[in-house]
Amino acid sequence: MANKMVSEMGLPKSIANIFAARNLITAKDVFSLTEFELMELLDVDLAVVTSAVAHISEMTCPPYQTALSLLEQRRQNENMAGHLPTSLKGLDNALCGGIPFGVVTELVGPAGIGKTQFCLKLSLLASLPSSYGGLDGSVIYIDTESKFSSRRLIEIGFNSFPEVFHTEGMAQEMAGRIMVLRPTSLSEFTDSLQKIKVSLFQHSVKLLIIDSMAALLSGEGVQGPQRQHSLGWHISFIKSVAEFSRIPVVVTNQVRSQSRDEISHYSFQDKNKGEGPEAATKPDSHLVAALGIHWAHAVSIRLIFESKSGQRFIKLAKSPLSPPLAFPFNVTSSGISLLNDDGVEMPGPEIHSISWQGHNNVINFVSEMMH
Amino acid sequence: MELALLSMSAWEMLNEEESLGRITTSCSELDDILGGGISCKEVTEIGGVPGIGKTQLGIQLAVNVQIPMDYGGLQGKAIYIDTEGSFMVERALQIAEACFEDMREYHGFLKRDLQACQVNMQPKDFLENIFYFRVCSYTEQIAVVNYLEKFISEHKDVKVVIIDSVTFHFRQDFDDMALRTRLLGGMALKLMKLAKKFTLAVILLNQVTTKYTDGQYQLALALGDSWSHACTNRVILYWNCNERYAYIDKSPSVRSAAAPYSVTGRGIRSSVSNSKRVKMM
Repeated sequence: MANKMVSEMGLPKSIANIFAARNLITAKDVFSLTEFELMELLDVDLAVVTSAVAHISEMTCPPYQTALSLLEQRRQNENMAGHLPTSLKGLDNALCGGIPFGVVTELVGPAGIGKTQFCLKLSLLASLPSSYGGLDGSVIYIDTESKFSSRRLIEIGFNSFPEVFHTEGMAQEMAGRIMVLRPTSLSEFTDSLQKIKVSLFQHSVKLLIIDSMAALLSGEGVQGPQRQHSLGWHISFIKSVAEFSRIPVVVTNQVRSQSRDEISHYSFQDKNKGEGPEAATKPDSHLVAALGIHWAHAVSIRLIFESKSGQRFIKLAKSPLSPPLAFPFNVTSSGISLLNDDGVEMPGPEIHSISWQGHNNVINFVSEMMH
Repeated sequence: MELALLSMSAWEMLNEEESLGRITTSCSELDDILGGGISCKEVTEIGGVPGIGKTQLGIQLAVNVQIPMDYGGLQGKAIYIDTEGSFMVERALQIAEACFEDMREYHGFLKRDLQACQVNMQPKDFLENIFYFRVCSYTEQIAVVNYLEKFISEHKDVKVVIIDSVTFHFRQDFDDMALRTRLLGGMALKLMKLAKKFTLAVILLNQVTTKYTDGQYQLALALGDSWSHACTNRVILYWNCNERYAYIDKSPSVRSAAAPYSVTGRGIRSSVSNSKRVKMM
């Protein structure tokens, strides 16, 4: 819409010609000047400018829909009204069906906690035929830390969907639908993203996973606010891919320790600083997602994976649809399983903090599975 | 004589303001610090960190503006301009259903004669009265704001315009800061004119950034200093211990104050610890 040419907007020919003559080709060009500047540049009356700008705006404005028609459209046309069920009942209920289409869902947590396991399971779920609750499509898996294990994927497949996987050729078919990319630098990553846009339409891709985002930046030695800026384009791109292809996009994010000075407040809160319980509420291992506040605004659903007193939890830290719930889970041979489908409600900012207690070693995956 | 035609006396203004009606937030403490609710005819900026409830409040207002006059509402419609894809239609339905149930309960409480109530709104009707625009660039955002004058002339019952968020497209890689300031300023002016001309409320949701001031990082609303002058009212949503709070940072008519609120399955409501007090309607 924004790139429509002024010449094609149905303005009276004489006016259209004047715009073209002054190199005002797109709506963007026109909006960058004030009405007075346009008057001067085009040498016409203010009334003419006002009416032309109004017309150009109307042509550039995206169409509207009522919220009702949006709802009905999704219910009619999309799987589970636009959700990818995760097979974790409690989580699916909280999310009104599963991981939502059209938006970015972020998985945050320390290394080894189970984020990649969750991603592998989701990949399978998206590739499964619809008769098994899947999206019957292909998956693009961007693996930046070489954590993708096809062996583990097949193992999860055999354990979770034995009927499918024991059928001849199905394991190959399912695994064949998951396309793994391994960019080793930020520029390769940028490249991969651009190429993805094309494949999205050609290969009926139903899920995009980026595991993980922050990995590419740590190598570049970028810290703090600059880090956020260098990902600005990627954030917009990923969001728009999610939205226009109406697919779920899942991105994993690392954690880093937050230093004491980073705990920020508004200027009007200063007088309260240091007094009361507020100053002392931060947990000892105060881990924070690596990409910062700008990225945090861009995601719609945030699942925090954490470990507290030896038990792992998936916390629904940001979700417009459900209260903040925490579900205890384990990593099993069939992926991830919840110990409890009701979850524990966690009001307050505790839902946003990330604990990493009781698991100080890198998890030896094989021994985990032996239980 | 001519001056009287162009201006309004302060007395007339007071009368007008009192009759304008306000949009309730469904949280009485929040309504109180706002002076009764969100005021029509003005632009209110609402900012806060991700997850604090900005979109929740936006959707609540898009529903509450529709409350029939018989229930003390404005019986209006809403325009929701979504710049980030935050609007979740299932959530709007949840909030509409809760509003519908609250209305039915209020109705039963007052034992009103059914015939007296002329409007019978179902949850889906609430969704039908929300006009949803999805904009994907700052060009589209400016285009929508410019187009609103015509749209609202054709849909005169629109009483609230929500932009969620006003920030998003002006943050990413904007090279020319001077242009950005001008575009934002122009947009703010247009929105103020719209609010006045059609007597509606304009709600602009804003994101948060960190500023290095006095030797430490502080949180502040995004878009810079000149933008912070552009809106008539500013509300900041923030965490205080375990509770969500709203703070009136800027208002020409009410003083700075903070009030707790909560985000529940039904939408925005009073905070849990406050709801223990019995409230009479």
